[in-house]
Amino acid sequence: MKIVYVLLGLFIIINYGLLQAGVLRRITARVGKRIGVPFYQPYIDLIKNYAIRSQFSHGVMFYLGPVFRLSGGVGIFLFMPLIFGNEIFSNYSMAGDLILIMYFMFIGMLGMALGAGEGGHPYSIIGITRGLSQFTTVEVPFTLAVISIAIQYQTLSITEIVAAQQGGIMHWTLMTNPLATGAAMLSFLGMMMYAPFNVVNAPQENPLGPPTEFHGTFLGMLQTNRVILGVMEAILFMNLFFGGATNWGILFIKAFLIYFYPVFVGAVFPRYRIDQSIRWFLYLPTALGILAIIFI
Amino acid sequence: MAEEKNYKIIQPDNSEENKFLKPENYKREVTAPDGNTFIVDPLNDYFCDAKPQPHAPNTIKVVEKFLNWARSQSIWVLGFGTGCGSIEIYPLMTPRFDAYRFGVQQRPTPRQSNLMIISGYLSVKTLKRAIRSYEQMQSPKFVMALGSCTINGGMYWDSYNTINRLDHYMPVDVYVAGCMPRPEALLAGFMELKKRIREGKGEGANQYAENFDWYKANQKKIIKDWNMPDYNW
Repeated sequence: MKIVYVLLGLFIIINYGLLQAGVLRRITARVGKRIGVPFYQPYIDLIKNYAIRSQFSHGVMFYLGPVFRLSGGVGIFLFMPLIFGNEIFSNYSMAGDLILIMYFMFIGMLGMALGAGEGGHPYSIIGITRGLSQFTTVEVPFTLAVISIAIQYQTLSITEIVAAQQGGIMHWTLMTNPLATGAAMLSFLGMMMYAPFNVVNAPQENPLGPPTEFHGTFLGMLQTNRVILGVMEAILFMNLFFGGATNWGILFIKAFLIYFYPVFVGAVFPRYRIDQSIRWFLYLPTALGILAIIFI
Repeated sequence: MAEEKNYKIIQPDNSEENKFLKPENYKREVTAPDGNTFIVDPLNDYFCDAKPQPHAPNTIKVVEKFLNWARSQSIWVLGFGTGCGSIEIYPLMTPRFDAYRFGVQQRPTPRQSNLMIISGYLSVKTLKRAIRSYEQMQSPKFVMALGSCTINGGMYWDSYNTINRLDHYMPVDVYVAGCMPRPEALLAGFMELKKRIREGKGEGANQYAENFDWYKANQKKIIKDWNMPDYNW
């Protein structure tokens, strides 16, 4: 019976993610003084990509790349408690799920590396090499922040971390452990891959990076994953640092605000080169992370 | 230290079809790490030489109508910047014209694009690249041709190195006349294309597959140094 509610949760998250993506594209368009796409454009793009008639494959891993990527996104969803105190929408959350989710964040990237490698396009391989090296450095401050809050709350279960933050804004990790929050929020910029850290699939520089060869249904799967992954990472940060959510309304508002922050930064700042972005993550965010562990 | 080569190039004979073969496409005898030797023929091994197949529309009419609507609302453009027209494509994405409003977005790779814009005169050398890019796009795909150069050659109609009629070489959905058409004309072209797609007339990919031999003969007639596979997906 649980699986029905999990699928319902996934359905809600996908729809929310698509709408949010459309609204955010409209907001970035307004920053550029344009009107921008209709807010339902992500739906249409998705339908169109799934309806492409002809497809071809470069080999087995080319098929499996998007599958890995999507299973990474869905995997994060499966073990993420969405609504605190709600048995139905806690999904398969359990002790130590934080470690599992961090693992799922990387596995999609690795699967994509194999798929893009078999695609054979030079730009895909350049893109995925950059993606992996950037994501490795993004993980460093994030992992330090996670270690810090694991020490603080003496647990690796997300549900328990959320439970410890209940009782008003002063109990949030944001207030009780600002150093860890700072390190993690800076690494969040790299996770979402908006500017200045979007050199991985920089459309004007190396055409699209990893997904260059993916088309039709493959691309549709990657887009679906992008939607799930974006929202789920925002929800992960909401659970870890911003007190979680006790109902869907609060979840939507918090997830939107957290997701809006890298978009906002991206609309303002130009793009880093890959060597610059790697150095950036290893200086300030990592330093904050180390301080967060020292001063816990 | 120079890398040791593990292959030996087999020089092609002087037949007519090998005349323009590029060195990287020569056959070669490769020695694998386990000591076996085998022959690699890049033109046959690295490219698919199967002819394109027409893909029938969805048999359920309502579904196909809905999908056509989605296709018309989400047009991903592969701007193939030839001639003077490419400079008219860039303003489309600026606040003044803002083609995003109509679901028109740019895509840097032919794999994900639906619409190819040939933006002006096509020299024979560029035609080769245009054909390869067009063939790499996935069905259903559309072609939009800008300017009088693609209709009848325009001011280049007696040029020694420029094609005159684009639709001898690939099926064209919409022509936008003018020399050069302004971005407003391009937007009008998009509207016309949307109408065509919604009516189910945007079947250029199938037309290309069904009349493949005719198109190929036309292309080979004008491209003298044909040194690529006949079809690459």
